[in-house]
Formats: sequence, structure tokens, C-alpha cells
Amino acid sequence: MSTAVTTHRPRPAAQPATLRAKRLPWYAAPAIALAALVVAAAVVYGVGIGGPVLVVVLAAVLYLAGLFAAANAVEGRRSARNRTWSALIHSAFVLAVLPLASVVWTLVSNGFERLDGNFFFTSMNNIGARDPEGGAYHAIVGTLEQVGIATLITVPLGILCAIYVVEYGRGRFAFAIRFFVDVMTGIPSIVSGLFVLAFWVLIVSPWFNDGRPSFSGFAAALALSVLMLPTVVRSTEEMLRLVPAPLREGAYALGVPKWKTILRVVLPTALPGIVTGVMLAIARAAGETAPVLLVAGGGAAINFNPFENNQSSLALFVYQQAGDASRYAPARAWTAALTLVALVLILTIAAKLLARRNRLGR
Amino acid sequence: MGETPHRSADAGTGGTRVTQSHERPAGASAHVAEAPVSTRTPGGTGLGGGGALPRARAFGAERAFRGLTLAAGSAVLIIIAAIAVFLVTKAVPALRANTESFWTFEGWFPNDAEPKFGIGALAFGTVLSAALALLVAVPVALGIALYLSHYAPRRVGTTLGFLIDLLAAVPSVVFGLWGREIFLQPVHDFSLWLNKYFSWIPLFGGDGPFGKSILLGSLVLAIMVLPIITSLSREVFLQTPTANEEAALALGATRWEMLRTAVLPYGRPGIIAAVMLGLGRALGETIALAMTLGITFNISFNLIENGGNSIAANIANTFGEANETGRGALIASGLVLFAITLIVNITARAIIYRRREFTESAA
Repeated sequence: MSTAVTTHRPRPAAQPATLRAKRLPWYAAPAIALAALVVAAAVVYGVGIGGPVLVVVLAAVLYLAGLFAAANAVEGRRSARNRTWSALIHSAFVLAVLPLASVVWTLVSNGFERLDGNFFFTSMNNIGARDPEGGAYHAIVGTLEQVGIATLITVPLGILCAIYVVEYGRGRFAFAIRFFVDVMTGIPSIVSGLFVLAFWVLIVSPWFNDGRPSFSGFAAALALSVLMLPTVVRSTEEMLRLVPAPLREGAYALGVPKWKTILRVVLPTALPGIVTGVMLAIARAAGETAPVLLVAGGGAAINFNPFENNQSSLALFVYQQAGDASRYAPARAWTAALTLVALVLILTIAAKLLARRNRLGR
Repeated sequence: MGETPHRSADAGTGGTRVTQSHERPAGASAHVAEAPVSTRTPGGTGLGGGGALPRARAFGAERAFRGLTLAAGSAVLIIIAAIAVFLVTKAVPALRANTESFWTFEGWFPNDAEPKFGIGALAFGTVLSAALALLVAVPVALGIALYLSHYAPRRVGTTLGFLIDLLAAVPSVVFGLWGREIFLQPVHDFSLWLNKYFSWIPLFGGDGPFGKSILLGSLVLAIMVLPIITSLSREVFLQTPTANEEAALALGATRWEMLRTAVLPYGRPGIIAAVMLGLGRALGETIALAMTLGITFNISFNLIENGGNSIAANIANTFGEANETGRGALIASGLVLFAITLIVNITARAIIYRRREFTESAA
């Protein structure tokens, strides 16, 4: 018995070497990368089938294969898979950051070219193909008016709709509304533009415009509000559901009727969240081009009246200038795009910061 | 009267902690709220003591408010119905005037004396470009989302996640402008290269000119929907219960195995929702495609030659010179687009609604 124990004793001493799984040395990955790069360059330039971009792509593929093979040999299959997937996920990140960074960079660098007072305080009226001036004042006015009217229409409607779904609605009808609000989120902007074109511009507006269809900023606002409505309803709905039940119960216990409870207790509590949702919806609507193109028509002159005659918007201005043959048009397009993005981003950032300070938060 | 509600609103800040409201099923709060309405006794007019509840009136503020919200709720259904009805009303005369088959004719001449137009090529282009865009964007977007949620250091992940959220808000016209002015050249070179070495594959055949092609359009679309899919699926991945992840790791799973067994299955409905939303965006995208596709009216799988078209891009491009019939024809094409997106959306929502617990957070 005792001899058996003593013979077994030396074994644990040999164990530590195998306790930890074998791992690739730290320099393995960079070495494989370098080797892959060299091989790829040799192949690409040796056969003469492409430039540096192809070298990088081929090197990436070789690196993945090499890494998998090396890890497979040393660390085993599971670890090799882990390494390969990890490399793939990292490369997906790099792959996506490149174009997105390019978008941001070109936007900023090209946008600054015309970022001057002239751009913000003149319109495109009487600006010919050879004039380097011209600005987006009319487009900014149009965007603000259209989005403002759309907000005025959407916010009460959306909040009331959300109140119905959360507080009053029961059964199939409320479910149908919820379902179709979700479906409405996916309605393409061009379809909402066509809807307002068919409904407002071609059928309703001729009644008070001597039988001729009239394009107007108001029509664009209608189209934008169709797009904003689902966003506002969804976010308000979510916020209303977060309002704690004891608050409502407290109000009922004090004898406050339900409608007053909703208006004076529930809504104020959920307000920051609702404002966040509304701002995100505004940001989305401000960037829409297609509906404005269809029903507001665009125009070069300043038009403060949203109910009559064509109006432009920043997004539409970008689109039109990008298609313009003038040598000076691209610069205007970029600056307008930069202005638009700045407007949208300010709204979005403000909305997100507000959401972060929201006491109800998720 | 003005005082009381404010005070209770303040009291609510303490209440948040008491009741984790999102643990309640949807509509639970409304159920609680129902109680005072039903206990109202008609005829009780202040019998002393604490005073009875006021009598329920037939036309009180309560009813009015309820009716108002009901009207607003119905407005959603009415709008959706109205979209279908008005599009059909305007589309039918143009479809009657069409002298060719609307479904199979490849061309768009609705403004001629004998209007000829067909949706086939446009619908094909719409579906092809959206499908290609998703094919490129979804794997990359899921990769980034996983990177941001499980690989990157927490700080980096949060910051970059915020930036991605911002990029999701960038208007499509900006992506269109970028695609047309900046991205065209690399894609052109890439197309030439593809054509030189892979022209034996029909996808990359043809003899040019190259550049303003389906490839450019769908790559721009892919870059556009990438932030949307990423930010939604990242949120879903972050919601994976830590217990699940730790359990997987404790059983000896590598990081990838943990992601595969704990994170991805948990996030599947959310991923589907995100992809479907991206698909909806891609199908309905107008301006980015109108600015990047070379407009043609034939059905072709060639990805790199100038050409390609989509329903929405065609509307934006030809609306300017459309006459009465032309507008009707465009509206008819919009109706088809509406139907396509409606089908995609309803399918997606039906899938998501089957797992109701996810609809609150992920959808």
C-alpha cells in the first residue's frame, strides 16, 4: 500500500508543464501578418493583377488562414476558431469605419469651402450657372417651416394616439393600432410623398387654387408628419409605460379623474422621454428629401409662406445642387449637406443627452 | 387644483425605484387605472363623510378625452388605409391608359401619346439592390455590434456606439452625395478590375462604361443601413443577461463559443428586427439611389455596368417632367413599392410579435 503511494508521488512534479494549455507566443500574430503581407505583395506584383488594395485584401485572407492553421496546430481547434472569429470581428470593424470616416471627412473638408455669410443669407434667386455666389437661405427657411408645421401636427396626434394605446385601448383594436404603428415605421418616405401628392396636391388643393394643383411647403409638412408619426407614437408609448403605477393610483386616490391624471400626472412625468422621441423624429424628418421633392417642388427664391407656391428644403437643395451642371454647384451642395448634418446631429445629440438625464430611464 | 398634480409628479421620482414598471406586462398600468372608472356609482351626490365619487356624466371631460385619444389612435389606421386608397385612385387611370403590360414591359414612357410603362425592371432593381446591400451590410454590422458590445474596452465601446448612433441619423442625401462625388472612382476602378479578371462570370461581364452601377448603388445603401443595423443589434447584444455569458465562460467556452451559445441565440429576434428595419430602409431608399445609379430600364444581373434602377429612384428622377398620366404611372409604381414594403414589414412584425417580450426592447 505504502509503496504504491510513494511510486505515485513523483508524477505531480511533472504536471505543471501541461497544466496550462499551449499558447501561441505573443509575436505569432504580427509575424503571420507580416508574412501574409509579403506573400500577398509577391503574388500580386509578381503576377501583376492589381495594386496595393488587392495586396491588403489578399494579405487579410492569408493572415486569417495562417492564423487558423498556426493556432490549430499549437492550441487546438476550438482556440483556433476563437482566434479566427475574433480577427474577423475586428476586421469587420475596420472595414466599416473606413467608408464612414471617409463620409465624415469629405463632408467636413468639402463643406467648409462655402461656409460663409453669403451662403446663409442669400438664396439661389437669379443665380446663373456662372455665378459663384448663391446660398441656401431659402432652403433653410423651408426646412424650418416644414419641419415646424410637421411637428405641430404630429406631436399632439402622436401623443394622443400613444395615450389611447397605453391607457384606454384594450383588446384587438388597440393591438391593431400598435401593430400598424410598427408597420408604418417602415413606410418609405417616397410613398408618403406620393400619398400627399395624390391626396393633397392633386385632389384637395385645386379646390382653393382655381382648380390647379398647388405645390406648397404645407404639403411637404403633411408628408413629413406621416413619417414622424410612428416614431413619436412608439417613443411616447414606451415612456408612458415606464410611468410607475403608484403615481396614477395616488392621483386616483385623491379623486382626480382619469383624464386629468393622464394630463397632469402621467404626461409631465414622462415628458423628458417624449421630448427625446420627438427630437429624434424631427431629426429624421429634417433629412428627408423625396417627399419635399414631390410635393413642395423646390424653388430658388425665398418663400416664407408655406401655404402657397413652391418651397425648397436643405435636403432638396443638396440634391438639386448635386445634379446641377454649374461648376460652383458641388461646393454649395457640400456646404448645404454639412449644414443639414449639423442641424440633424445637434438635434440628435441633444435628444440623447436628454434621454440620459431622464429619470424614468430604462 | 393646480398644486396637487405637481406634488404627485414629484413623488413619482421616489416611486420609480419602488416599482420596476417594465417588469409589468404591457397594459398592466392601464388595467390598474381602470378601477376608479368602474367604481363610480351613479346617483351618489355627496352623502357626507369623505364625499362620494362624482356622478359619471354622459358627456363629461372624461368621455371627451377618451374620444379624442380614440380618434387619434384611429388616425393611424385611417392614414394607412388612405395611403392605399388615394394611391389606387390616382394609379388606376394611368394603368388604364397603359398600352403595354404593366408587369412585364421593360421601359418607362408614360408621357407619350400612347403611354407605355412597366414595373418589372424597376421592381427587380429595387429588390436586387436592397438584397445586395443587406448581403454586404448584415455580416459587417453584426461584426461591429459584437465588437462594440463584447470585444472593445467598455469606454471605447460606449463612445463608438454613440458615434454609430449619430451616423444612423445622417440623412440619405449626404450618403448619395458622397457616393456620387467620392465613392464613384474607387468603385469604377474596382469594376474595371473585376471586369478584367472575372468577366467570365455574367455578374461582372459587359464592356462598360462602368461605375454608376448596381454595385455602387448597393454599396452606398449598405454603408447607409450599416449604422442602423449596428446600433439596434448592439443594443440587443448588450441586453444579454450576464449570468448566461458567465455560465458559458465558466463551462470553459472560449469567447467566440460564448458569443455563439449565449449572446447570438438570445439576440436573434432583435437581430431579425434590425435586419428587417434595414431592409425596409434599403427598399424605400430614394435619393441615395437616384444619385448613384445609372438609369436604365432593363432586367440585368450585370452588377458593374452603368445601369440599374429602382422604383423610388425612378420616381425621384422622372417626376419633374411627368404629365398627368406620368404622375399616375409613378403613383402606380409607388403603390407597388408600398405593397412590397408592407409585406416585408408585416412579415417582420409577425415574426417579432411571436416573441412578445422582445417587442418592448428590441423592436
